[in-house]
Amino acid sequence: MQQTFNLPYLLEATKKTWLLLLSLTAGLLFAASTQAQLRVDISGTGAQQFPVAIADFEGDSAGRLIAEVIRADLTRSGQFRLINTTGAQLSANSPIAYAEWRTRGADYVAYGSVTTTGENQYEVRYRLADTINQKELDGVAFNGTDRELRRIAHQIADRIFEKVTGVPGVFATRIAYVLKQGGTYELQIADADGQNPQIALRSREPIISPAWSPDGRKLAYVSFESGKPVVYVHELSTSKRVPVANFKGNNSAPAWSPDGQTLAVVLTRDGLSQVYLINANDGSNLRRLTRSPQIDTEPVFSPDGQSIFFTSDRSGRPQIYQIPVAGGEARRITFNGDYNISPRVSPDGRSLLVVTRRAGAFRVAAIDLSTGSETLLTEGPDDQSPSFAPNGRQVLYAAKQGGRNMLAGVSSDGRMRQTLSILSGEIKEPTWGPFGDTP
Amino acid sequence: MKLRFVKTLSVLTLGIGLAACSSVSLDDSAAGAGSSGMGGGANGQGVMDPFNPSSVLSKNRSVYFEFNSYTVSSQYGDLVSTHAQYLTKNPNQKIMIEGNTDASGGTEYNLALGNRRAEAVRSNLTLLGAQDVQIETISFGKEKPKALGDTEADFAENRRADIVYLRP
Repeated sequence: MQQTFNLPYLLEATKKTWLLLLSLTAGLLFAASTQAQLRVDISGTGAQQFPVAIADFEGDSAGRLIAEVIRADLTRSGQFRLINTTGAQLSANSPIAYAEWRTRGADYVAYGSVTTTGENQYEVRYRLADTINQKELDGVAFNGTDRELRRIAHQIADRIFEKVTGVPGVFATRIAYVLKQGGTYELQIADADGQNPQIALRSREPIISPAWSPDGRKLAYVSFESGKPVVYVHELSTSKRVPVANFKGNNSAPAWSPDGQTLAVVLTRDGLSQVYLINANDGSNLRRLTRSPQIDTEPVFSPDGQSIFFTSDRSGRPQIYQIPVAGGEARRITFNGDYNISPRVSPDGRSLLVVTRRAGAFRVAAIDLSTGSETLLTEGPDDQSPSFAPNGRQVLYAAKQGGRNMLAGVSSDGRMRQTLSILSGEIKEPTWGPFGDTP
Repeated sequence: MKLRFVKTLSVLTLGIGLAACSSVSLDDSAAGAGSSGMGGGANGQGVMDPFNPSSVLSKNRSVYFEFNSYTVSSQYGDLVSTHAQYLTKNPNQKIMIEGNTDASGGTEYNLALGNRRAEAVRSNLTLLGAQDVQIETISFGKEKPKALGDTEADFAENRRADIVYLRP
């Protein structure tokens, strides 16, 4: 059998003009040097839209970039309506004319300054004003290089989002996905707005099932580069990776425990696909979790780490089951339809996403785990690989339109939908990363 | 940050060579068959050498499956017994059985289904005398389709398990 050959490298992909722009944006093309190669269709809005004014930050092009990124983020959420700020020349120290902004229709005003504090060192000071209660709602300073300005803008957008809606924002998070172009597969990581894609792995053989570690520092994935599926754990900051499951037969479907110490994997070493547990660091301490005479696959941990949801066709057709991590009886969770796969648990543990086949179409559904009630979130015909944003309010998934694979998003209440297609290549296997600092 | 660019040629070479190459040998020429290709020479059964492309072992090594099924249809009885006989007579010969699915359905579930197909072929072979240790099964699920279209004929071509003889 061929030796696994080692391909880990981290490439700066920003200069590549053919790379995709993944964005859940409402078609905004901002002045920053983005090469927009996507077609966006958007429908629906949030139940409530907060009117917010985002003034250009003082500080020339850096100040304008900060404001543009914040505006794009908040617009994309569907929960904000931008109020025009033309003519406003605000800095972090400016007094806010609350009444004037109210007549302009803004409930909130965000403003600030970007100043140079050293060679390629910036300080970004931001403030958020509440015009209804006529007070300052938020104010904080960030420091970073020019390459960190976008991330800082996303963090500011997250703060605005949380102050106004009460829900943590996910603009500063990242997503991972596989891009297939020609005969090449790339495991890419991008910002949640599709910018700044980085390549973690490039291969001539398939890459599937990427899974973020809870701290966002590692990706587990399955690579076929050695001739068969093997599970790797890949440390993003160093590009070092470890093959943690390379047993006889297939190794696939890695899923992290909430404490990041354990991986659930699916192995066929004993015949049919079954769920096993291994140490996430080195693949040691192999333990078998499921024992059924049929297929068990796609394990995911519950947020409390106590149980695992998985797909099994022990009843004859694939359905979702739940089993204690400590072992025991599996309990069936899905009863609608004869094909339910790809379980994903919400961050609060209360609902479950599945891919369900109805009348021949594969659709994403959300199931309330306490009542069992089901909501169909997407239309199909071939929706796969759903994942929750870490605030539980959005779902990212892979969709097919016109025979081509693309990414799509839907809010967890089903009101807002976006589809994103890339001009060249196919995007698959998307997965939303956790909260946390970029390593 | 370290940038390493792997040349395309070496990537292809280090790729899935075992599956693509191990069952096709352009150098071997079996006794009496020459390189005329079709069906072998003087003896009725033809050449029993899985590394000879004109051998029945090389030409007939794929089992096809119905939609969502992993049952080996009785129409493959001859194929299975031919391979089983060879493996029984050559106990040091190892094979890989590669399971595949059509493009319909989830990635991981199809990986498992493809494995089921490979395992079904394994059971058929071991029932007829092949040893378990001679057989490893893997699955590519829907990731490496042979037929790239989306007609029913393409899908049927991809619902397939292939027997691949491994070079020692």
